[in-house]
Amino acid sequence: MAIEIRMPALSPTMEEGTLAKWLVAEGDDVRSGDVIAEIETDKATMEVEAIEDGKVGQIFVVAGTQNVKVNTPIAVLLQDDETVSDIEAQPAPNLAPGPIEVQKPLEPEHSDRSRKMPSVSVQPPIADEAEWNGSSTALTVRESLRDAMAEEMRRDKNVFVMGEEVAEYQGAYKVTQGLLDEFGPKRVIDTPITEQGFAGLGVGAAFGELRPVIEFMTFNFAMQAIDQIINSAAKTLYMSGGQMGCPIVFRGPNGAASRVAAQHSQCFASWYAHCPGLKVVAPYSAADAKGLLKAAIRDPNPVIFLENEVLYGQSFDVPDNDDWLVPIGKAKIMCEGSDVTIVAFSIMVGRALEAADHLAEQGISAEVIDLRSIRPVDSVTIVESVKKTSRLVTCEEGFPFAGIGAEIAMQVMERAFDWLDAPIMRVTGKDVPMPYAANLEALALPKIGDIVTAVRTTCDGFKGQG
Amino acid sequence: MNAKAEIRRKRGPGRPPKTVVSGVGDMLPTEELLAVYRDMLLIRRFEEKAGQLYGMGQIGGFCHLYIGQEAVVVGLQSASQPGDTVVTSYRDHGHMLACGMEPSGVMAELTGREGGYSRGKGGSMHMFSREKNFFGGHGIVGAQVPIGVGLAFSHKYKAQPNVCITYLGDGAVNQGQVYESFNMAALWDLPVVFVIENNQYGMGTKVTRAAAGRALADRGMAYGILGKQVDGMNVLAVRTAALEALAHCREGKGPYILEMKTYRYRGHSMSDPAKYRTREEVDAMRRQHDPIDHIRELLKCQNVDDVRLKDLDSEVKAMVTAATEFAQTSPEPDPSELFTDILLPLTDARLIAKA
Repeated sequence: MAIEIRMPALSPTMEEGTLAKWLVAEGDDVRSGDVIAEIETDKATMEVEAIEDGKVGQIFVVAGTQNVKVNTPIAVLLQDDETVSDIEAQPAPNLAPGPIEVQKPLEPEHSDRSRKMPSVSVQPPIADEAEWNGSSTALTVRESLRDAMAEEMRRDKNVFVMGEEVAEYQGAYKVTQGLLDEFGPKRVIDTPITEQGFAGLGVGAAFGELRPVIEFMTFNFAMQAIDQIINSAAKTLYMSGGQMGCPIVFRGPNGAASRVAAQHSQCFASWYAHCPGLKVVAPYSAADAKGLLKAAIRDPNPVIFLENEVLYGQSFDVPDNDDWLVPIGKAKIMCEGSDVTIVAFSIMVGRALEAADHLAEQGISAEVIDLRSIRPVDSVTIVESVKKTSRLVTCEEGFPFAGIGAEIAMQVMERAFDWLDAPIMRVTGKDVPMPYAANLEALALPKIGDIVTAVRTTCDGFKGQG
Repeated sequence: MNAKAEIRRKRGPGRPPKTVVSGVGDMLPTEELLAVYRDMLLIRRFEEKAGQLYGMGQIGGFCHLYIGQEAVVVGLQSASQPGDTVVTSYRDHGHMLACGMEPSGVMAELTGREGGYSRGKGGSMHMFSREKNFFGGHGIVGAQVPIGVGLAFSHKYKAQPNVCITYLGDGAVNQGQVYESFNMAALWDLPVVFVIENNQYGMGTKVTRAAAGRALADRGMAYGILGKQVDGMNVLAVRTAALEALAHCREGKGPYILEMKTYRYRGHSMSDPAKYRTREEVDAMRRQHDPIDHIRELLKCQNVDDVRLKDLDSEVKAMVTAATEFAQTSPEPDPSELFTDILLPLTDARLIAKA
């Protein structure tokens, strides 16, 4: 059957072009792959190759014609014993998909939003944290993280821990202490200093149905691996139409430690929370660190688990339960209050609680919410609190620009605007690379006093003047 | 360029290979030869059709055709065993067909339809099939290499007798993560064959302008990884080398590198004006080294008659026609698909709210 040759699209954006030159004439025999014409686009001159063997029957568009629309028939190729008289005039079928109708905004299946808002994801509702009435033991965050990994490794032989110095050295921050002794070198693996490599290896192992826990010595070094985290771990499920789940945990200390300066002191919460396909967790207490890490290891999705070096040595009561789970995506009200809501995560929760004590002395009743999960963020808990207090202060150690506070402020504005009595305030790290000098570092980090001041500002002129 | 630099350049990755597996003396029984011929022909015809559909505006975005390189993946996959895993970059249509994925599902993904392997959400560069152990289809140059090492890690961890075949191009060999991967694979004796498809050009840059030093097959030398250059236009040579490399991995001896000297006839992507090489160079490869013509000639020498070959051509053509029809008629994904497959639902009942 005669084959129509059409004006080809030679780039993702080409709509028309100039048929610059024919390199064949009517009657010529051509082989698949022979160049038959040259086409000029706005970017380049491109060669058009024959895609079948045959004889050029007729040329419809002469050389030099400009603005030839993509898909216009430009010539016909005859096959076997066909002649020009066999060609039937055929209208060009429009096989390309037509223009897409404007769709109404989509809602997630389990929307909890009070107003119509565009959806971000489709997920089943998350359980509330189980109540614990049993006994508890005081443990450091460091110990509880180790316990979480050990318990999950006992439970599932496909869980393994990999990273720099996690095995023989017992962890750069001793979080993996004792794991090598119990589980051996097959499951507790020291890597070379090769973040992008072992992050990618972890992703491949997760595709291979293992459950890797990848430790970054600090999240600062994970920047070497961020392509694997975002492009490979976070996006592949979507790009594969749901086939390629990636059950992996990337964990390690995040944020400022002490006097380690700009390249070693940064909060990555908003970086990772920005990307669909990841869950991001940043616990404060040891009980949450344990319950959330266990939930992260059991999660079928990639989870970024942001720890904090300063918190590693702090002790908290942890339930005596080797099956203690804290659902990802649920915030926790740390203390109830009626005048202002303070939202914080990780190390800032402790500072927010201390600020709340100071504020109480000044007659201001602050409700402190520990986000625990950055994504999915528990906006229900935040919005409900704001509806009660009408004021909001967000706290984070990271930079202010496009930070977590900016996102929370926006969500509250979308969903509780009418309840707000004052502008939302942000307490953040200063918008500078972390300095080394002790005095400058102290100035760069958000302190308890900053939270008190921010709260006082939102309350000023309304109530609670102490 | 001074004389010394000129000599270094000539000795570079473009130099004649030292340890080429030539394929001379390798032969297959007629039926098996017909099978590899058919597999290569399917890729060729499929890609020609994809190029045509791209020209008609039915395939969007980037589209990297495999035409000319068919012998590499067909030779490799003919030597693989069930359970072996495969991962590659974005020039991936041929790999999927060689892994046994359905041409209709691949073509429908190219046209962005519901019937595509990724239900229209991945496109040419991002396609997967767990069922066929094909793990993509990755769009970032070199990023598939640590993933391949991870798949090999999972084979070893689970004591499976399998190998991960990890394909990369001559462009990818200069990415740092490739060496991170070589190091870990060698350190832990992971069962992975790194197949460097050296088609001479990383986009528009000739390999000699991008890669310093010795042959690409030697890039694992510092890690103690064996490497071999292979005539990648000869499917029999590829198969012989693949069998040797895969056996090495299966014996627990660690990774292996195969540098396939091959050539792509088409541009880097559809929108490549290909001014970096001459038409004569392309035509010479086509006329003198075409992997499909080569096997067609061998089949004729084995007294396979023209009728049989013509029937095979028709069979392959019919498969591609059927795939094309499917790809054109399968509906676009439902708008509700926009928000699916971002996260998998939780499986632990205690983490899900009770209805």
